[in-house]
Amino acid sequence: MTDAATEQKLDITLTVNGVRRTASAPARRLLSDFLRHDLGLTGTHVGCEHGVCGACTVLLDGEPARACLVFAVTAQAHEITTVEGIGNDPANLSPVQQAFAECHALQCGFCTPGFVTTITAYLDENPRPTPEEAREAISGNLCRCTGYQNIVKAVVRASEIVREREEETR
Amino acid sequence: MTTRQVGEPVQRREDPRLLTGNGRYLDDLGLGALQAAFVRSPHAHARIVDIDIDDAWELDGVEAVYTWEDLDGRVGEPLPVLIPHPALTHPRTGYCLAKSEVNHVGEAVVMVVARDRYVAEDACGRIQVTYETLKPVVGLENARAAERLVHDDAPGNVAANLLQEVGDVDTAMAAAPNTLTLELEIERSACMPMEGKGVYARWDADDASLRLYSSTQTSTGVRAAVAAKLEMPLAKVEVVTPDVGGGFGVKIMHPWPEEVLVPWAARRLGRDVKWTEDRREHFVSSAHERGQLQEVTVGFDDDGRLLALDVRFWHDNGAYTPYGIIVPIITATQLLGPYKPGAYRVEFWSLYTNTVLVTPYRGAGRPQGCYAMERTMDAIAAHLGLDRTEVRSRNFIQPDEMPYDHGLMFQDGRPLKYDSGDFPASLAKLKDLVGWDDFAAYREQAAREGRKVGLGIGCYVEGTGVGPYEGGHVQVETNGRVNVATGLTTQGQGHQTVLAQIVADQLGVRLEDVHVTTGDTRRMAYAVGTFASRGAVMSGNAVALAAKVVRDKALRIAADALEVSPDDLEITDGVISVKGAPGTSIDLKTIAVMSNPLRYAFDTAAQAATQFSGAFDPDKPPVADDDEPGLEGQDFYSPTQATFANGMHAAVVETDPVTAEIRILRYCVIHDCGVMVNPMIVEGQVHGGVAQGVGGALYERMVYDEGGQLLNASFMDFLVPYASEVPHVETDHLETPSPLNPLGLKGAGEAGTIPVTAVIASAVEDAEGFPIRSMPISPAELWELRRQHSSVPAALEGAS
Amino acid sequence: MKPAPFVHHAPRTLEEAVAVLGDVGHDGKVLAGGQSLIPLLSMRLASPAHLVDVNGVAGLDTVEVADTHVRVGALVRHAGLERHEGAAAALPLLRQAVRNVAHPAIRTRGTTVGSIAHADPSGEMPAVTVLTDGVVEAAGPRGRREIAAADFFTGPLETTLAEDELVVAVRFGRLPAGTRTGFVESARRSGDYALAGVALAVGLDGEVVTSARASFVSVTPVPDVLDLGPALAGRSARDLPLDDVVELVRSHVDPESDIHAPADYRRMLAAELTRRVLTTTTTPTEGAA
Repeated sequence: MTDAATEQKLDITLTVNGVRRTASAPARRLLSDFLRHDLGLTGTHVGCEHGVCGACTVLLDGEPARACLVFAVTAQAHEITTVEGIGNDPANLSPVQQAFAECHALQCGFCTPGFVTTITAYLDENPRPTPEEAREAISGNLCRCTGYQNIVKAVVRASEIVREREEETR
Repeated sequence: MTTRQVGEPVQRREDPRLLTGNGRYLDDLGLGALQAAFVRSPHAHARIVDIDIDDAWELDGVEAVYTWEDLDGRVGEPLPVLIPHPALTHPRTGYCLAKSEVNHVGEAVVMVVARDRYVAEDACGRIQVTYETLKPVVGLENARAAERLVHDDAPGNVAANLLQEVGDVDTAMAAAPNTLTLELEIERSACMPMEGKGVYARWDADDASLRLYSSTQTSTGVRAAVAAKLEMPLAKVEVVTPDVGGGFGVKIMHPWPEEVLVPWAARRLGRDVKWTEDRREHFVSSAHERGQLQEVTVGFDDDGRLLALDVRFWHDNGAYTPYGIIVPIITATQLLGPYKPGAYRVEFWSLYTNTVLVTPYRGAGRPQGCYAMERTMDAIAAHLGLDRTEVRSRNFIQPDEMPYDHGLMFQDGRPLKYDSGDFPASLAKLKDLVGWDDFAAYREQAAREGRKVGLGIGCYVEGTGVGPYEGGHVQVETNGRVNVATGLTTQGQGHQTVLAQIVADQLGVRLEDVHVTTGDTRRMAYAVGTFASRGAVMSGNAVALAAKVVRDKALRIAADALEVSPDDLEITDGVISVKGAPGTSIDLKTIAVMSNPLRYAFDTAAQAATQFSGAFDPDKPPVADDDEPGLEGQDFYSPTQATFANGMHAAVVETDPVTAEIRILRYCVIHDCGVMVNPMIVEGQVHGGVAQGVGGALYERMVYDEGGQLLNASFMDFLVPYASEVPHVETDHLETPSPLNPLGLKGAGEAGTIPVTAVIASAVEDAEGFPIRSMPISPAELWELRRQHSSVPAALEGAS
Repeated sequence: MKPAPFVHHAPRTLEEAVAVLGDVGHDGKVLAGGQSLIPLLSMRLASPAHLVDVNGVAGLDTVEVADTHVRVGALVRHAGLERHEGAAAALPLLRQAVRNVAHPAIRTRGTTVGSIAHADPSGEMPAVTVLTDGVVEAAGPRGRREIAAADFFTGPLETTLAEDELVVAVRFGRLPAGTRTGFVESARRSGDYALAGVALAVGLDGEVVTSARASFVSVTPVPDVLDLGPALAGRSARDLPLDDVVELVRSHVDPESDIHAPADYRRMLAAELTRRVLTTTTTPTEGAA
């Protein structure tokens, strides 16, 4: 084991939400902690630190990944999108965020950022999910409050909002 | 006329913030604070022989290492017994850091404070604790056998023994034409909020004051506990609850050792200190619940009517009893559900084991009670060959028997007296919803396809909204903004929306102008906490009363200004006008200006309230003797007793004829929580409750080995259900308003969880044709039961 | 739950990776997807002094479809393999199996080769490796070598790979024309490690079974192949001796009991899943290779 007293710090540069960000951290810094504590992006939550709950899910090159199962140093070459990158303005919600609000798909809100990132990426690939498909799509994230029913509803609703907004801008 | 807010499914005020990464949970605060980590006992039962911390100190970044010996003053004394009870004859609590003995795996022994959590964990890894291990007591059977003791001075491992009896059970039982005895078991689960606990302390050395943030269900409780432990004036301690990532009971315990140690260390070091519980710590050092062994003997007539009910149960309270015997008391009383038991005797023993302590988890003893009662109802139906709903129906308390006094003492020390409810109507709705009477045909059809299905039912009554009180404070600012504060805390129940709805209606203002603060002792110093499904009932009524105080004052001032009687005024969308003459009006925000005579004006609106404005009578003091400045008011709601919500659930399950995998095909809920402030939120509470119930019925259990090691202390092995495991819930509601409070509310938070274990047991039993007496049940356990009962019916053999 | 300190190595070429492994392999681990490794590090159940992070190594992220095999590079993520149409067409079993690996957000990072090198008996892809007579390509200070799947797995989490060696790729053998495959597993929750699982390859000539082989998940200490050919070859798909198959599987597997299910249950489950997947696989139009 390396002595922490002499632990080497690295300058780690990530592209987060389209912005290049650099901070100094040891190699063992988990991406989840790097985002939260080194970059101050606390929207990504940590629920289990062993990859099961999905609260820390971010998009890594557009694909959902557990930020607690990636070292920040490994993520250097990649584009990271956090919930803040999907929508950071309470007055201007993304389709998935708006659907969650409409469908009461969150209660305590702690798991929510992981769902928002996961579903946002899912809808890019599957723009018209059925409720059954929606349920399967969220089955890798734990929520202790909602019983998932309204999250399923929100996935379907979000796909409608995407289309509604596309039509508005057409 | 503005839309009435109460009763509307309005979208939540808190959501846009939480959805965009702008929530502020405990670990989001205090960037740069020192971080704490703990060395926790690896043994279930041991004496501490020696602690060697020297290696830890050598690490760069370590700021402090504390053992019990460092704890000065009251911090080194045992933690309090929060809820004493005469029957709790042998209460025991731990220390903030173990003194000489550890009684469960996970008990904190050494505290490390370091630059960050990584270094703090490195330091923990370098601390050597030498233990002399003792044989642990694990499981209720061993606790009851008492061959070994958890605490040497708690004989029989008994913390408490309580017997309550109404009527003469022995005589009634002897006279009963039928009797049955059931032995039942229910295992441990836990709240498992997605956010663990956490504490962040800011010590202000100049002011000798403390600001403490805690992910808690009671900020005032933590404040009082910490002030007492740290021997500080209450006025120098403030506790703020940030966004809380779920509680479900486990965050009501106060103080948790860390809630004392973190501020104590902050004061000692003169630095900000934070502790964020990780998931492994949460499994082994927070609380569990549910574990009971039960023995029910029931006497009944040939129609299935209860004549006598004799219940004995053994409750696993873990290593310590800081929260007293609330859970088994609730089991003992709420077991009765919607039924008249005839003569009733219930006796419990609350037993120590060398496991994590037990405090309320959503449902708080009710799921166990409901399970005992509903298993009994099914057994009676089976014994007499009656329909299961018929037996239940014959034992219901009828609407015209309300209020109904069971003659027992409830968890609040007050009579167990149901205020309202229409159980026959609820059952009729449930049978309709699930298609109870058509199920036989469905079962036959399924059997022809080689499928096994079963239908289960469970009914419960839940005492909600227990006292002693909650308060509300309502303040109208001169810009029309309405600030509402209540002291209890929020963990996702939508209080910022629900309480705003109530105030908007009561005061006559727009919903968007109302801003609610919860769980901040700076804003409301008197409060109890969020538990027992009491948030809406207690704080809802409290803010309604406070809003009325403000409304009355506003109308009085407006009446003076408009020279009319207050009775002729109404407030709509923040404008006070004469009824029938909307042109004669004055803004509420103007009243706010007028209510606070000013010397200085900081904005145009305030000019009207300054001394040369001519608005005030020179012969009277600017503030009358019996008045106070400002358009604000405070009031408290304190009920004489709990209000009783109720509900009935039914489920259709399918069990695989070969693999015994259990699938819930349908889940139906009839729910009656009185008046619903926000039906969307109530529905969400029901969904979430059912999901936790399903977890407890089919997936979750705490698995201890004989040595007291928790074998599944991770989300890999403690199976919190994903969406793929939780059924779609079909709901219908009954609204039987509570006569006990002005708004007619009953609590809704825990309800969904309560009957699920009973319902699933009932459904699996119905599918399988043999009794289910132990829950939760896994496919492997069901498969084993089938082997024991050799039960694969001939008709299904072909399918396998 | 934070990892202990380690020295991070980020080789850019295979040669560099091999060189650094030669230096530190005795006290180091290879980090690719990290989806199994990082939880162990965070729980401090493992604390290697060195991590050789191969994520930046060029040339390891390709799937190549050849006449005889599908070659999967060490940095191909499960999700990449799952999406790969060529691989799915050449060897449908790959997609059938890989979509059972954990959850999508794990599959985007976890590598197929990494899960094979990890040699967890509850892994899906080791079972596929043995069933397809796969070949593990390893590189180390002593050069490159190829290890047949049957010689690779030696025990739970144990392989014949040396500590200074790196798996560069795994070649999954393509199955003869007319082979149908199936994969099924049963877990307590979706995405959990299976209580039992089975991968199956059945050769069919019209309706007549010509060969049948199975390998298992979570019920054998090392992935190995059960040849069902003697029991099934020559039999019509419409009249398979399923009870015989169930008995063969029951006596082949050797599951352990754990907190989720006892060995007896897992044995039954493996046999029943085999019966079911055999039935669906031999039903027309499913899983044609």
